[in-house]
Amino acid sequence: MEVPILKQGDYLIASIQSALSDADLLNLRDELADRVGRFRSRGVIVDVTPIDVMDSFATRTMRSIAHMLKLRGAETVIVGIQPEVAFAMVQLGLTLEDVATALDLEEGLAYLNDRMTGGSSSVR
Amino acid sequence: MYDNQSVPIKSDRDIVIARQHGRTYASKIGFTGGDLTLIATAISELARNIVEYAKQGEIVLSSIQQGGQAGICIVARDEGPGIVDIVQAMEDGYSSRRSLGLGLPGTKRIVDEFEIVSNSGKGTTVTVKKWLR
Repeated sequence: MEVPILKQGDYLIASIQSALSDADLLNLRDELADRVGRFRSRGVIVDVTPIDVMDSFATRTMRSIAHMLKLRGAETVIVGIQPEVAFAMVQLGLTLEDVATALDLEEGLAYLNDRMTGGSSSVR
Repeated sequence: MYDNQSVPIKSDRDIVIARQHGRTYASKIGFTGGDLTLIATAISELARNIVEYAKQGEIVLSSIQQGGQAGICIVARDEGPGIVDIVQAMEDGYSSRRSLGLGLPGTKRIVDEFEIVSNSGKGTTVTVKKWLR
């Protein structure tokens, strides 16, 4: 299941469409690392709205995506974590630590715009 | 009561299939919302353990009854190398491989009953139960 990645100005938007296997998640990571260089992107939004399970592997991969892209010069924000998914993650003890999150795509874009203009970030 | 359902686990794709089956099965028993997500997440962790440590095995879903209470029983079975030190494997943060080290202890936290039997060289069976509230 390939994740479509859209280019929007300085940003890339990866909108996950359905449940992803481990291999799909690793492909997404590699694809984003590649495209951030190709398109000289400054920010990346990963929209996980349709994801109904964020287990230890998915969480770890989201963290490695954010850390890798940071090393490539781009900010990452994860958007769309559903309330039940957030609840399960907390129960499991899974955290996204220093990875930025936002409610939805709109808030994610606002967060990145804020970061790019050097303003104080209101979303975290 | 519903018929048992077995899901073979042979690759990472089967992890997704197992948790989707688990979600459907649990909803037939009567689980809803957040509980379905917890059950699907537990199955995901158990199935991943099989793929990572034993390469293959199975997840068996069954419906259970006790004192008028309904629930789901999930058995994750493999014939892999087994877990040498179960106490250590159940510690938060312990991982002999790639996961966060939260797989088994995390799963234990999101279910009502948790049992693990492992024999070195003969495989591991994890049995978890969740009751309808």
